[in-house]
Amino acid sequence: MNLLGKLSWDAIPLDQPIIMGATAFMVLVIATVLSFVTYKGYWGPLWRDWITSVDHKRIGVMYILLALVMLLRGFSDAIMMRAQQALAAGGAQGYLPPEHFDQIFSAHGTIMIFFMAMPFVIGVMNFVVPLQLGVRDVAFPTLNSVSFWLTASGALLINISLAVGEFAKTGWVAYPPLSELQFSPGVGVDYYLWSLQISGIGTLLSGINFVTTILKLRAPGMGYMRMPVFCWTALATSLLIVAAFPVLTATFAMLLLDRYLGFHFFTVDGGGNAMMYVNLFWVWGHPEVYILVLPAFGIYSEVVATFSGKPLFGYRSMVAATMAICVLSFLVWLHHFFTMGASADVNGFFGVMTMIIAVPTGVKVFNWLFTMYGGRVRFTVPMLWSIGFMITFVVGGMTGVLMAVPPADFQVHNSLFLVAHFHNTIIGGVVFGLMAGYNYWFPKVFGFRLDERWGKASFWCWFIGFYLAFMPLYAVGLMGMTRRLQHYDNPAWQPWLMVAALGSVVIMAGIACQVIQLFVSVRDRRQLRDATGNPWMGRTLEWFTPSPPPAWNFTILPSVGGFDRRMQAGGTQDYKAIEMPNNSPIGFITAFFAVITGFALIWHIWWMVGLGLLGALLALLAFAFRRREEVEVSAVEIARFGHAHPAEAAL
Amino acid sequence: MNVAATLSEARPNVAASEAGPASKPVIVAYGFWIFLLSDIVMFATLFAGYAVLARATDGGPSGVQLFSQASVAIETVCLLASSYTCGLMSLAVKSRRRIGTYFGGLVTFALGLSFLALELREFADMIARAAGPQRSAFLSAFFTLVGCHGLHVTAGLVWLVLMMVQVAVRGFHPTVQRRLACFSLFWHALDIVWVWLFTVVYLMGVRA
Amino acid sequence: MTETALDRPPGDPSMPAKGDVGEPAGVLVYTIGLVLAVGLTATSFWVANTGLLWGPGVSLGLVVLAVAQMGIHLVFFLHITTGPDNTNNVLALAFGILTVLLVVVGSLWIMANLNDNMMPPPELMNLHMRH
Repeated sequence: MNLLGKLSWDAIPLDQPIIMGATAFMVLVIATVLSFVTYKGYWGPLWRDWITSVDHKRIGVMYILLALVMLLRGFSDAIMMRAQQALAAGGAQGYLPPEHFDQIFSAHGTIMIFFMAMPFVIGVMNFVVPLQLGVRDVAFPTLNSVSFWLTASGALLINISLAVGEFAKTGWVAYPPLSELQFSPGVGVDYYLWSLQISGIGTLLSGINFVTTILKLRAPGMGYMRMPVFCWTALATSLLIVAAFPVLTATFAMLLLDRYLGFHFFTVDGGGNAMMYVNLFWVWGHPEVYILVLPAFGIYSEVVATFSGKPLFGYRSMVAATMAICVLSFLVWLHHFFTMGASADVNGFFGVMTMIIAVPTGVKVFNWLFTMYGGRVRFTVPMLWSIGFMITFVVGGMTGVLMAVPPADFQVHNSLFLVAHFHNTIIGGVVFGLMAGYNYWFPKVFGFRLDERWGKASFWCWFIGFYLAFMPLYAVGLMGMTRRLQHYDNPAWQPWLMVAALGSVVIMAGIACQVIQLFVSVRDRRQLRDATGNPWMGRTLEWFTPSPPPAWNFTILPSVGGFDRRMQAGGTQDYKAIEMPNNSPIGFITAFFAVITGFALIWHIWWMVGLGLLGALLALLAFAFRRREEVEVSAVEIARFGHAHPAEAAL
Repeated sequence: MNVAATLSEARPNVAASEAGPASKPVIVAYGFWIFLLSDIVMFATLFAGYAVLARATDGGPSGVQLFSQASVAIETVCLLASSYTCGLMSLAVKSRRRIGTYFGGLVTFALGLSFLALELREFADMIARAAGPQRSAFLSAFFTLVGCHGLHVTAGLVWLVLMMVQVAVRGFHPTVQRRLACFSLFWHALDIVWVWLFTVVYLMGVRA
Repeated sequence: MTETALDRPPGDPSMPAKGDVGEPAGVLVYTIGLVLAVGLTATSFWVANTGLLWGPGVSLGLVVLAVAQMGIHLVFFLHITTGPDNTNNVLALAFGILTVLLVVVGSLWIMANLNDNMMPPPELMNLHMRH
């Protein structure tokens, strides 16, 4: 019996120079960061203040950092694909062999959705929601830390797959029978399944955390209809996470049982039904895209209201539209497989529902437009991203409604038209929103604003680059080009794909501008300092704290008098000691054992699986019996902080 | 200018939604309730899979040929009774009676263990009769759905033992009480899932 | 932190208005629940095995009994009521049940439809794929 299961030195793809180059680069970056931290002696503070932190603000920052790093990896995949397709016309084979190209498009989708968009969204929710609700932290701070570290574990496993073994070649949805053992005998699909199962647990726990926080933990006086719209969208998202992610967990479990224990859920033989995977996957998959876009809608609501100098138009209809989208998102999933052979009544029902779900989104767009109308609009970077979104997302939405008609979808399903549509809505909707939120809340997080000029440059590069990269894909999709092609015979498609490749380069310039923006802002942080805590004249509670807020968020917990009404001025300050949750290494330790267990499962190293599970169990036991759950922040320290920051919390 | 401090007291005419942050027992129990709902959605997915594959026997044995109603009836009685004793244990915890808690926990554990033993025996029998999960899609779905429930029961029993240890070590500390509340929510929810299991899988299965 | 008079944790056995419930009253609630649940279980087994009922009605009868028993568990064991202190708990439960219904009913409808539209029957598929 082989002690290392399927693992051997052959697992490292030494014969593939591109992969080895990417691996070397990754190892170099990791080594540089680790050396820097060691050289500066940062390990102590890093462990105490970040890794074991249960502070929602720190966890939020770590989520966003993870997302930005994975954006670079996912984008590298994208630019490689655009380059390949620009080259591989007629008889040309490009520079990526099919087995490699297949892994790239699979990794691109998986990384961008699960390890870029989700962590970014959850990170923003983490930082902002407790502050907007006027409370000190989320309902379950330690669980929050566990969630983050489980997500990071999944990301780590996917990155390991680059260097050791291979990734799935099935696309990011991993349909059987291709993803079954019979047709994917390697470790690629296992990497995909285990990294997503592990990070899926983290996401589910986050969803539970935020539902509880928003429903049970709000400042006194903040009834439901006084919550900021971002908190409403965070609630809807969290409800969707709680309802949808268990479906994905169960579906992946069934596929894993097929692969590991020879079960017959989706196999070709034994009575298995591969179509059931497609059905169950998209029961999760459609709510997932709303999980991504609803917080972005919430960000737009905040940003547009602030930079129009007016309260948001139509608060009630915004809330209604948000909750309507939440419910409707569970009634449309079949539109992802209109062509799988259901009859007209089934296809028709889901087609109609898909068109109906566009209505609440339309309500929201009109509300944003009416918010701007009559206001004093300031064209700051977040506002530019928001306006860019309104144009871009509407275009994407329209192509979606086009595809909601089943006979039309029969023509364009799985073509580049579809690819263009979902990038149109995800980039135009989710990514633009996250960039707006990043620029908007950055001063609150770090105490200084981001540089405006480089911010505007990055927006214009992204905006122009997006249209250059994806509008040609609509055209070429209508011309009949299928998705995921490593090479193609029709030379008429090539000019379009070359423009698309150019577009991806322009987007790369946009990303570069963002990196430069960060460096320049850090360099110029004294000039860009946010002294008042409210650089944009925002009206939600987070702007009434210092920038950055103290660990305890509010020196004295606010009480809300009325929506958008500011709180009353107080008299003398009566600083009391505050109980804060204790830091805990349980998140990191759980993640550590999760990575070991996941890796061992992928490579069939059974003794290591046992060790990993045992370690996790023992850590959980130790945590269950810990004595000190909270630490007290003394009144003296709070008073000292309060006196040092009198300018903010202005009412 | 500074923020005024008015932590609201529980005034009778304040709407529940404006009363400010809830207390810890409420928060913890509600969070666990949401987790349970997510767990039930996971079971629902496995149920859906089972329902779709219930006829996919691939020429192999079907439910009619395999299920023993007597065994299922005893399992049901065990689990239902354990839910009852768990409820009695909750009452003991609320009035902070140690002996009552230990006794309730012990009986609940014994009944749960009996349930598991019967279920494992059923599985072993089926595997011995070449009706294991690898035989057909129907059997894969059956073993996964019922097995997932069994795994949850197992986890619950381990948790129960740990809770008894915690009561012994820390008494009825608020943390321990909150965790016991979560346990009883979990245990009752498992019984609800079993109601659907024995109805859909076994009772409908033997009708075929 | 405010007091819990306005909101009850799910599963909490004490009555809000009367403070802590007395021991006998609590035991009574659980006992009634147990008796009702046993009765419903026995009825289910009878319904599944009797020849007295019309065949296709049996499945419906079993589902109704299961729903009833779930209700017994929720009310008598989990103390979910319709009072204002339980609103959040009930809403969360309703959301969960809605999701379950959509997933199960939706999947059954779709899969039945897809299976009907599949061309070769399973036996022929097996013959074709055998290797």
